[in-house]
Amino acid sequence: MHSAPSDLPIRFESVTIDAGAHRILDCVSLIIKSGPPTLLIGPNGSGKTTFLRAAMGLLSPSQGQLTWDGAADVPPVRRAMVFQRPVMLRRTAAGNIRYALKAANIPKERHEARIAELLALVGLADIASRPARRLSGGEQQRLALARALARDPTVLFLDEPTASLDPAATKAVEDIVRAIANRGIKVVMATHDLGEARRLAGDIVLLHRGRVVETGDADTFFRSPKTGEAKTFIAGELLL
Amino acid sequence: MWARSSVAAFSGSKDIRAEKQIVFSPRSTPRSTERSMQPDTSALHLVMTGDPTLMAIVKLSLTVSLCAVVIAAIIGVPLGAFIALTRFRGREGVIVLLNALMGLPPVVVGLAVYLMLSRSGVLGQLGLLFTPSAMVFAQAILVTPIIAALTRQTIEDLWAEYRDELNGMNVGPLARIATLIWDGRFSLVVALLAGFGRAAAEVGAIIIVGGNIDGFTRTMTTAIALETSKGDLPLAIGLGVILITIVIAINALAWTLRRAGERLAR
Amino acid sequence: MLSRRLLLVLCALAVASPAVAQDKSIVVASTTSTQDSGLFGYLLPIFKQKTGIDVKVVAQGTGQALDTARRGDADVVFVHAKSAEEKFLSEGFGVKRYPVMYNDFILIGPASDPAGVKGSKDIVASLTTIKNKGAPFISRGDRSGTHIAELALWKAAGIDIESSKGPWYKAIGQGMGAALNTASAANAYVLADRGTWLAFKNRGTLAIAVEGDKRLFNQYGVMLVNPAKHPTVKKDLGQQFIDFLVSPEGQKVIAGYKVNGEQLFYPNASDPNA
Repeated sequence: MHSAPSDLPIRFESVTIDAGAHRILDCVSLIIKSGPPTLLIGPNGSGKTTFLRAAMGLLSPSQGQLTWDGAADVPPVRRAMVFQRPVMLRRTAAGNIRYALKAANIPKERHEARIAELLALVGLADIASRPARRLSGGEQQRLALARALARDPTVLFLDEPTASLDPAATKAVEDIVRAIANRGIKVVMATHDLGEARRLAGDIVLLHRGRVVETGDADTFFRSPKTGEAKTFIAGELLL
Repeated sequence: MWARSSVAAFSGSKDIRAEKQIVFSPRSTPRSTERSMQPDTSALHLVMTGDPTLMAIVKLSLTVSLCAVVIAAIIGVPLGAFIALTRFRGREGVIVLLNALMGLPPVVVGLAVYLMLSRSGVLGQLGLLFTPSAMVFAQAILVTPIIAALTRQTIEDLWAEYRDELNGMNVGPLARIATLIWDGRFSLVVALLAGFGRAAAEVGAIIIVGGNIDGFTRTMTTAIALETSKGDLPLAIGLGVILITIVIAINALAWTLRRAGERLAR
Repeated sequence: MLSRRLLLVLCALAVASPAVAQDKSIVVASTTSTQDSGLFGYLLPIFKQKTGIDVKVVAQGTGQALDTARRGDADVVFVHAKSAEEKFLSEGFGVKRYPVMYNDFILIGPASDPAGVKGSKDIVASLTTIKNKGAPFISRGDRSGTHIAELALWKAAGIDIESSKGPWYKAIGQGMGAALNTASAANAYVLADRGTWLAFKNRGTLAIAVEGDKRLFNQYGVMLVNPAKHPTVKKDLGQQFIDFLVSPEGQKVIAGYKVNGEQLFYPNASDPNA
């Protein structure tokens, strides 16, 4: 379907990111490969958002190297991100998706079909002409998802998409994420909900104070965590 | 040394026919017909009869201010957007200066433009002094900083909101500006209205560069200034009420447009 | 963006077209007193009908009007201060001075007449009394013909007004109408030309205090701006206007201008001493 190169694997090589005097990511080395969803977990302030933004290409490392399929400084053509608090453009729901399609240089003839398809996927087909900023929190998250998928990405980053949603809305979003992953799109998702991590992963990356503490496939990680921090975190205790 | 003619009875005298040309009536023709000093036509009466001189004054006021705003928008909106989105050395200073220029005193601008456009001045060749074009020029200078400063504020705020999303969608610099201007259009319309209000209300600049020439560069505000100085206060007040009504009407129209637009897209 | 550009072009045309259509037009720098008297509203339509020339009057004080002409921003200058006009000529900015008409200045004062000068026929003595009693007085203060005349009268009274003026003397730097408004509000004396006074509507308690003194004579003159100094001067059209003003027909029109049945200006183009 695509002649353009994929952005995977995404390779972090000793990536450090500082914000002034504060070190947010500390010497992170990790590879994101295609496959089932990678769930990023860890306490607040552990650097999950920064990690995602860096992998998306919105932040440059202060030290170290970050490459996409071996190349550095690749513009986000095949990547997409849903931010923690997504911003709706001042247009209708359909208008938001149309904007994303235009930005991705999808030819005009395909817009209508694509918009309908995406809205159906996220369950928003009946509110296509509603102003996007008037949608509920859950609806906006789903619309942001649809918008991100408009460009047909190979990898999708999600920053705690269900953090402020009620269980019904959360389930709706998780179902969509599963559907996306089943289509072969690599999902990299941050969450602070261990249950969600169990439900959706794939593999797990545990971040603590800007460092990767432990990684592994979900079953192994939850059944027999290796590090002390992982054990503490899985047990539901505060990881200081 | 000077004789005084006997006081003629006002009605029915031969002299009245000679004076008829200056009384306002829908049939009076020459554009330079100046206001009569005889029993007065109140401003309300002039409006009711659609007096052509009054209509010409209103039309000139609106045309001059509108054109000035259009020119100011063409310069000010891209300028404001540029300053909002570009980092360059001295940017803070430029923003402070732009905000300060919003308060340019109209008489000072009028004087500066007068000296520029005078035959003895830099742009004297154009022969624009004492014409409506000079008035548009002066008002455009007054209004451009307002539009540029308000645009900068709008675009900067909107960019702060949209930055992540637009960068995430790989939107290039030109498309970015277009998106911000389009999505911010309602606030930008308010900026244009502010500019229009400033232009329509001012008199200091246009009376200097326009010369308040009867039938040619006389606008509502300059006519009010003239009638006040002639002591015809009721007429001046009447004109003032008409001016305020027009400005309110335009603002109400724009407000309605804005609300309609908000219902659509917000 | 495209529609905005279109709007701009339309605007430019809209404001430019009157300018183009006005090609047969001249700019006359004249005074606020002449404008406020309403003479132009009466005279210019007649002139336009006769010659098809649009006369655009820019009304300022005499001094300002002459400066506008010096800068080449007017074609004809029509003011009422002989000394200033002759200076203008001697500087080479004018071609020739033609006397056109005269009227008189009058001293206007409040009904309460604080200086007790009402009914006097001696302007110099009246001004002296006003100064001695410190009665409120409004001056044009704008180098206009009226202002120049006022200063000449103080001088004739032997008073150096610059050093003698006190809080009673207020120079406002504005036109005749504004001066009358201020005098009305402040219950003060003011020197005015009869034309503006007759046309003025906001009199309050003001009335004529002193008139009839020979020294209150007010002569109007018209000059073509020298095309040698400013080649853009429309000398043919301007000369047509001047010729009309001094012609028997034009002089008759001037005499025919009346307010409330009173004649405001007395034509005297044929007077060699004017």
